[in-house]
Amino acid sequence: MAESILFVLMAVGALVGAVTIVAARNPVYSAMGLLGTLFSMAVLYVLQLAHLVAAVQVIVYAGAVLTLFLFVIMLIGVDKSEDWDEKLPYQRALVGGLGGLIALFAGALTVSDDFDWVPAATITIPEATNGTIQAIAELLFTDWVLAFEATALLLTIAAAGAIGLAHYRRGQE
Amino acid sequence: MSWPEFGIIALRVVVTFVLLLVVTVINVWAERKIVADMQSRIGPSRAGPWGILQTVADGLKLFFKESVIPRKVELGLYLLAPFLAIIPAFLIFMMVPWGRPFMIGDYEVTLQGADLNIGLLFILAMSSMAVYAVVLAGWSSGSKYPLLGGVRATAQAISYEAAMGLAMVAVVVFTATQGLGGTLSMAEIVERQTGTWGDISPVLSFVPRWNIFPQIVAFIIFMIAIVAETNRAPFDLVEAEQELVGGFHTEYSGMRFAMFFLAEYVNIFSMSAIAATLFLGGWAGPTFEGFLPGLISGLLPTIYFLIKTYAIVFVFFWLRATLPRLRYDQLMTLGWKGLIPAALVWLVISTVAIGFRQFGAPWS
Repeated sequence: MAESILFVLMAVGALVGAVTIVAARNPVYSAMGLLGTLFSMAVLYVLQLAHLVAAVQVIVYAGAVLTLFLFVIMLIGVDKSEDWDEKLPYQRALVGGLGGLIALFAGALTVSDDFDWVPAATITIPEATNGTIQAIAELLFTDWVLAFEATALLLTIAAAGAIGLAHYRRGQE
Repeated sequence: MSWPEFGIIALRVVVTFVLLLVVTVINVWAERKIVADMQSRIGPSRAGPWGILQTVADGLKLFFKESVIPRKVELGLYLLAPFLAIIPAFLIFMMVPWGRPFMIGDYEVTLQGADLNIGLLFILAMSSMAVYAVVLAGWSSGSKYPLLGGVRATAQAISYEAAMGLAMVAVVVFTATQGLGGTLSMAEIVERQTGTWGDISPVLSFVPRWNIFPQIVAFIIFMIAIVAETNRAPFDLVEAEQELVGGFHTEYSGMRFAMFFLAEYVNIFSMSAIAATLFLGGWAGPTFEGFLPGLISGLLPTIYFLIKTYAIVFVFFWLRATLPRLRYDQLMTLGWKGLIPAALVWLVISTVAIGFRQFGAPWS
């Protein structure tokens, strides 16, 4: 019961945030909408007993990435609402058409109640509140250690590359 | 979940909440008294004995003051920001165990808001949420000094959170060797610091098994980082009075200002409590079971916890009374070129040493 209430609340929160991101005139409000969506998603992860994923989501995305967004928005001063010219002429019609198609498909699916083609998910509920971190750590550092380290290396190279590019351009002037 | 269980959890949260409010009232008074003493002043002395009711009087005053809302604010975010400041501040302390668990019948009562298995990550997550309050308050005030404070806060929080997290990692890696497997649960981390270092050498059998002794470098890095995280002197560039009037809370008054103020002091106490838990053994200490009545030896851990936490809170006040504020570039240099490399190097050294002790030399 409590779970359903929390799910509905957070699902609504995520949707409202998502609409705010695109609808807000002011970039700061868009960033806040994104924060709302990410945070609601984190709570939804907790409901799925994926505590680690929820915490990482809040730390990395809601914490670090979005703070950087806000920093950039404030630093370069685009925090005034502006009227943007439409750069892509057919965008609205295209989005409307595609959205309508998706809605039609979803509606038809709901009405026909034919879900046999969806592969049944094998649900294994992890031991609640203890073991999720340990289980993830074990997988990360045994089966997937190469991918894990390669990702770390990739991110380091990307960061170093960004710094290098910034400094190179400054040296040219 | 049955009703009695729910009741106990609710009670635990409420008691933790009240504890936090009481210590905050004391902390505000203590800071004024300590700083006054260091500057050869008397400090608050009229309201109650030693002026201890001064905070209550100030709180009541702020409560009844008019909350002025300037005309140029972005209303929604302006009203939201004080709540964003205060909610993470309280949630962080919910993770800290402030007493030894005890049994009522066959039900174990833990003196802690909640014991999550991702306790430490939750603390990091909430402390990264806390920065939004400052940023949004600064931006939504529609005034230039608060905005500057907000921009400074963003950069400062990102820089010092990295160092804080890395110092925590060193502790977590070390804690993993102190028991079966690694853990991020605060209760478990305290549990593993009970006892003494007697098993390493009999000389050390009177030295408590606190993480500070093997992890002294991590402790120093963590202390610097939490002072910066709470925006306290000498890292209070966010609200530097001489440059930015009051920084992000310049345009706030009355109860809304009080909420920022409360959040700052709650954060000081929570962060000190976390430092005490991670490095000083939390509630661990001799309880003289059998010599003292059960109630007293049950209360002793809470007293140990408060003593350790207040020792660190005192350092916060001491720093404020002693150190001049850093310049902005000095702050960034210290964060990125000082603390983060130091934390990384320490993490490597500490991990190699732990691996060496645990598994022996790789060539043997």
